[in-house]
Amino acid sequence: MYQHDTRTASPRGPAAPRSFSERSYLVDIPERHKPRHGSCGIAGCMNIDGSLISGSKIEKMITTMSERENGLGSGFVAYGLFPDFADEYCMQFLFENEESQALTEETLSEWVYMIKDEKVPTFPQSGMSPPFPLVWRYFVRPKTGTEAYVRTGLSEEDYMVRLVMSINESVPGSYCVSSGKDMAVFKGSGYAREIAKFYNISRYKGCMWLSHSRFPTNSPGWWAGSHPISILDWSVCHNGEITSYGVNRKLVEMAGYKCTLLTDSEVVTYLWDLMVRRHRLPVTATAFAMAPWYYRDIERLPEDERRLANQLRITYKEAFLNGPFSILVGRSDPVTMIALADRKKLRPLVMGESEDGNSVYAASEECAIKSVQYDAQIWATRAGNPAVVKLGEGIVRRGTEAPFLGAI
Amino acid sequence: MKDDNSTVVIDAGERNQLGHPLDYRELNRRIRKALSEGQERIVLMNVMGQRYIASATGSPGMRIEIHGTPGNDLGAFLNGGTLEVFGNAQDVTANTMNEGRIVVHGNSGDITGLAARGGTLLVKGNSGYRVGIHIKEFEGSGPSLVIGGFVNDYLGEYMAGGTILVMGINCPESPVGLNVGAGMHGGRIFVRGGLEGHQLGPGACLAELDERDAAAAEDLISQYEAAFAATVDRTVPLRKVMPLDSRPFRGHYDSTTI
Repeated sequence: MYQHDTRTASPRGPAAPRSFSERSYLVDIPERHKPRHGSCGIAGCMNIDGSLISGSKIEKMITTMSERENGLGSGFVAYGLFPDFADEYCMQFLFENEESQALTEETLSEWVYMIKDEKVPTFPQSGMSPPFPLVWRYFVRPKTGTEAYVRTGLSEEDYMVRLVMSINESVPGSYCVSSGKDMAVFKGSGYAREIAKFYNISRYKGCMWLSHSRFPTNSPGWWAGSHPISILDWSVCHNGEITSYGVNRKLVEMAGYKCTLLTDSEVVTYLWDLMVRRHRLPVTATAFAMAPWYYRDIERLPEDERRLANQLRITYKEAFLNGPFSILVGRSDPVTMIALADRKKLRPLVMGESEDGNSVYAASEECAIKSVQYDAQIWATRAGNPAVVKLGEGIVRRGTEAPFLGAI
Repeated sequence: MKDDNSTVVIDAGERNQLGHPLDYRELNRRIRKALSEGQERIVLMNVMGQRYIASATGSPGMRIEIHGTPGNDLGAFLNGGTLEVFGNAQDVTANTMNEGRIVVHGNSGDITGLAARGGTLLVKGNSGYRVGIHIKEFEGSGPSLVIGGFVNDYLGEYMAGGTILVMGINCPESPVGLNVGAGMHGGRIFVRGGLEGHQLGPGACLAELDERDAAAAEDLISQYEAAFAATVDRTVPLRKVMPLDSRPFRGHYDSTTI
């Protein structure tokens, strides 16, 4: 929500953008994107038995809600995408040019072994505003055997987080948009249907997809700031505003994360990584800390739960996401989809399940689900109550249960 | 196209040259065209998220059937007639409705009946958060919202008039969430089934139904039964939520006002 770097913003108004990450380009809204009305759209789908879903399905879901977006960002994330390289971290980058790619590769070679790299095919669409970034992916293994690694004292995952943060912060024109195993993020500035065509999303197949179409309200619409926002295998699609951004940002920055994407939504991704992966909190407890009950409602819980709820509110008060939001969160190992709305349900979120129970959906609007699964049974999660779906297990929580139910 | 009974059928599932689904503007343009030609019976097929359906239209004889999932703001500013949805409605159904009747054979989403000023909304199943927020009545005209199943928090928030009935059919627990009637200063909410004091929002209180309330509730229950061919058990008691005060903010901003 805050714009950190205004030094290059032009006071005289629009200037022709020279690069995809140029700051003046970020804040100028082209005429065709001038807001009418709308809000972000989110959509996700998953097959519980792990069977693969074509990208065209998620493309249909998110474009059904095209009335929500204004063409300033969209993105997709697929899990179960690289079975042949499932043990390597897949780092996918947006590069300004060959120079930023060379600088990035220099950094990468110090930190990781490169197993394979490839250009991600892109197909610029006539409606999109150039310049377009160079999209490249690297399958890497961290150099954990070296003395330099041992000296950092970091776990393998934290080492990867530090690498991503250092590239995003210090390599000009280079942004790592995803860095997890067996997954990748495809995002950019444009309408959902344009971004889907730009990456030709229908050529990919995954067992879970999340997607986002953007209506930026108080942060710039630009390529790396589009959703999903990802670190390691976490990805977050967010609809809403985080008004507590300053406090949340302090918490994640103290834990070593760097906020470089000029949007409030990135703190949500880092909070999930911090609380679930590093602090080993269960998903239900993390969701409660992000969207806690009022103290007067906590008083009505049974004693054990009341104590837990109060401890979470006090210990993780900086993780409380104030403001309206609904988020879709993805992670792998096992592939999991988490859907969560804020504690007053100020943003829409509905879930759907196919009749055979194998396909589970989440979206801002029911029409997104019904457009791909007409027989879907639809329900709405409750405020601040996470729905959790796991590969192989099914719907672990429907988002209507009592808090903390189901140790996940 | 027209069928024999001079009903206009519009297929909202048709695609344009680019393969995009029928835009809501085009759909509403066709509805208005049919109405302007005196065609008051309209059937919409394969609706998939098109917004603002039949908004600011309406005549006493208008009857629009909707098959599929209509988008947000269904029947916004409706001025009369009947909209009947065979499926679920999304968020903000009956936004600022003035007159007429919306019948949903399914569930409706959050903010159902936002700021309604008249007319009747009947939902067979459940609804979401902030149902009937800021509905109002004036000069003998007021909205009635009937939800067959349960609703969530902030039912009738800032309510200034009108009637809400939540029936809790097939709902073992309380059919309403927290903060019922928060900040309300007019109107009445009937809850069929469990309702405890802690569920009331600030400015609302529990009361017994008087004869006029009981008659109004019975009328709404009968309308629900007729619309959905249902039978509602009359032995489950009704509770009434009403405002503590018609002017809750008196003196808060200007101590000299009375």
